Amino acid sequence: MNANGKEQSTEKTITLFVDNKKKLPGALLPILHDIQQHFGYIPQPAIVIIAQGLQQTEAEIYGVISFYAHFHLEQPGRHIIEVCRGEACQAMGSTALEQAIKSQLGVDFGQTTADKNYTLEPVYCLGNCACSPSIKVGRKTYGRMSSSKFAKLIKTLSLYQLNLGEER
Amino acid sequence: MTTTLYLPIDTSAIAMGADDVAKALCFQTEKNQQAINLIRNGSRGLFYLEPLLEVQTEQGRVAYGPVTVDDVESLLAQGVLEGNADHPLYLGLTEDIPYLAKQQRLTFKRAGIIDPFSIDDYLAHDGFTGLSNAIALLKQDSNSIVDEIKTSGLRGRGGAAFPTGIKWQTVLDAKTTSAEQQKYIVCNADEGDSGTFSDRLLMEADPFSLIEGMIIAGLAVGATQGYIYLRSEYPQAQFILEKAIASAYQHQYLGDNIQGSGQRFDLEVRLGAGAYICGEETSLLESLEGKRGLVRAKPPLPAIEGLFGQPTIVNNVISLATVPIILAKGAAYYQHFGIGRSRGTLPFQLAGNIKQGGLVELAFGTTLADILHDFGAGTYTGEPIKAIQVGGPLGAYLSESQWQTQLDYEAFSAINAVLGHGGIVVFDNSVSMTEQARFAMEFCAVESCGKCTPCRIGSTRGVEVIDNMIIASQQDSSNEQSVALNELLVDLCDTMIDGSLCAMGSMTPIPVKSIMTHFADDFISDMPVHHAEKVTVKEQR
Ligand SMILES: Cc1cc2nc3c(=O)[nH]c(=O)nc-3n(C[C@H](O)[C@H](O)[C@H](O)COP(=O)(O)O)c2cc1C
Ligand code: SF4
Ligand code: FES
Repeated sequence: MNANGKEQSTEKTITLFVDNKKKLPGALLPILHDIQQHFGYIPQPAIVIIAQGLQQTEAEIYGVISFYAHFHLEQPGRHIIEVCRGEACQAMGSTALEQAIKSQLGVDFGQTTADKNYTLEPVYCLGNCACSPSIKVGRKTYGRMSSSKFAKLIKTLSLYQLNLGEER
Repeated sequence: MTTTLYLPIDTSAIAMGADDVAKALCFQTEKNQQAINLIRNGSRGLFYLEPLLEVQTEQGRVAYGPVTVDDVESLLAQGVLEGNADHPLYLGLTEDIPYLAKQQRLTFKRAGIIDPFSIDDYLAHDGFTGLSNAIALLKQDSNSIVDEIKTSGLRGRGGAAFPTGIKWQTVLDAKTTSAEQQKYIVCNADEGDSGTFSDRLLMEADPFSLIEGMIIAGLAVGATQGYIYLRSEYPQAQFILEKAIASAYQHQYLGDNIQGSGQRFDLEVRLGAGAYICGEETSLLESLEGKRGLVRAKPPLPAIEGLFGQPTIVNNVISLATVPIILAKGAAYYQHFGIGRSRGTLPFQLAGNIKQGGLVELAFGTTLADILHDFGAGTYTGEPIKAIQVGGPLGAYLSESQWQTQLDYEAFSAINAVLGHGGIVVFDNSVSMTEQARFAMEFCAVESCGKCTPCRIGSTRGVEVIDNMIIASQQDSSNEQSVALNELLVDLCDTMIDGSLCAMGSMTPIPVKSIMTHFADDFISDMPVHHAEKVTVKEQR
């Protein structure tokens, strides 16, 4: 498919998501979740399409997207790694863990690794506070995390494993 | 013979490896040709024992934990399926484990016992008894359900502790703006407070109790649409809730004609998107309406002008999930637990640096010291406890002299502290109180909705002032300068308290001031060197 065709299909998909839910009361967040679930982020054309569908201005849609930490306007890495910064995790050494993870991946919060495999984000509590420190990778939360456990974990998520078809 | 096993599907249990243990169990028993029926239950809340494996025996359910994949083979070899007591992970009958036996489980009485996906299991454990009583009450008198909640003494468990019955009365008495409009029941499942997980545990272990509580609320005030506003950090709770809601529709507990009563109630899960402020009820309503989560000025109260401008009950998960037992057993039964104006039970959440972390549901009136003694078993690291933060990120840090304070709303506010949502975060003596105070300000700067200056800018200034205090202390600055900075920080706190629209800005000073007051010797002086260096470098740039 050429670049133009891909763009068209992106727009079609977004339109489908918007049409699906635009009749819901308070439809904007459900629509944004569906789009992000599908693409991994909110692609640029979505703003116009949603604005038209909900009869709101693009500025309003953009304003909502930018208010919420969960929504990404740029494509993140294949895995989003969230490190908990909440107090229960701090009490179990999360500040040092955070530093270790940053240096293992070579990125800071809000950044994506050069190989586009990981995006690192802060999170404020994962509800796993009795088994802290906690991190989340995609939909899965991990407890009692340590820098050595993390090193093992990312081996199973590496591009190398992916290429071998052995990713868990 | 097929043996029934239970292994939780709870987020924390999975975070500790429950899914892998489940796979190993299925693989190994198949290999051994042992017949099992593995039920993925919710957690009992004994998180220090997760993954907790239970085996149904003639004597009752026998527990083993914490189980790792490597234990599976030896467990099966040593007769786990017969409830054999010889294995080192054997814990005896689950109900007799002291951590559980010492609790007063009302809201969480089914948690970990039933299969969260099974409406039949819920029914077999007293489920929907409250709803049938509510339907019967409603036939006598339209105010009777609300009266029952008032008599129970239930106060909101989300943090502000407002009497639930009074809120419901306001919504019952309020009118929609037109006949086509409807009233709403909104469940606040944003659970943003760090150190808390009771909402999550309940939704993953006993989702039908929340659904039942919301239906009863709907009947009580004449609301026909419910929303559960769930934080996006909880995908497992979303998965379980949505299955439970579908099943409740299938069995006519939701929809047009609830159990043939002629009453209607619809329910839907809506996801948040990573904003702490959306736990504040008016910000939550804005978010549900599809807007930025900016806090609304009150009045009007959400009970009168709430979602889409209509009368709306906003209640926390635990408040709503407690409603069924009040209606099932009567207000007097519930009200008889507790102390003073704090009636019933609170699910405390023991978290952080603690050996035996988990959910501890107890009647109000116990003390932190008792909970630590009866449940905690000391810190995880084995070091002495230095500080305890109660009530989430906006709660006070308590020093040892305060641990005897009775755990009830009034006693806590008398010492400038809050119970909040019941989170108890324990720190050992390696904690830097300066760092904790600085983090309180930083968190407010990150999560402020931005509507008022004292909160938005004040919190950023707060971080800077604390940094300057650290620099001043390193440079052996004059005592006058330190005193001046100290005064500046106190002033800033007072401005935030007086000039903020909501509790985000007005309560952030609580942890900060608690540290300045009760950890005065540590504040500023205990900043770890590595961090202090960072601050200095930043300043020089
Ligand atoms: C900054 C802030 C965050 C809050 N977060 C939550 C939350 O995560 N969950 C919750 O139930 N209540 C939270 N609240 C309290 C709600 O505003 C509201 O009081 C509560 O949902 C009412 O329900 P309840 O009476 O059953 O407690 C928060 C309040 C503030 C000011
Ligand atoms: S106090 Fe903070 S969070 Fe609350 S309304 Fe004001 S700016 Fe928003
Ligand atoms: S504070 Fe990190 S999981 Fe709750």
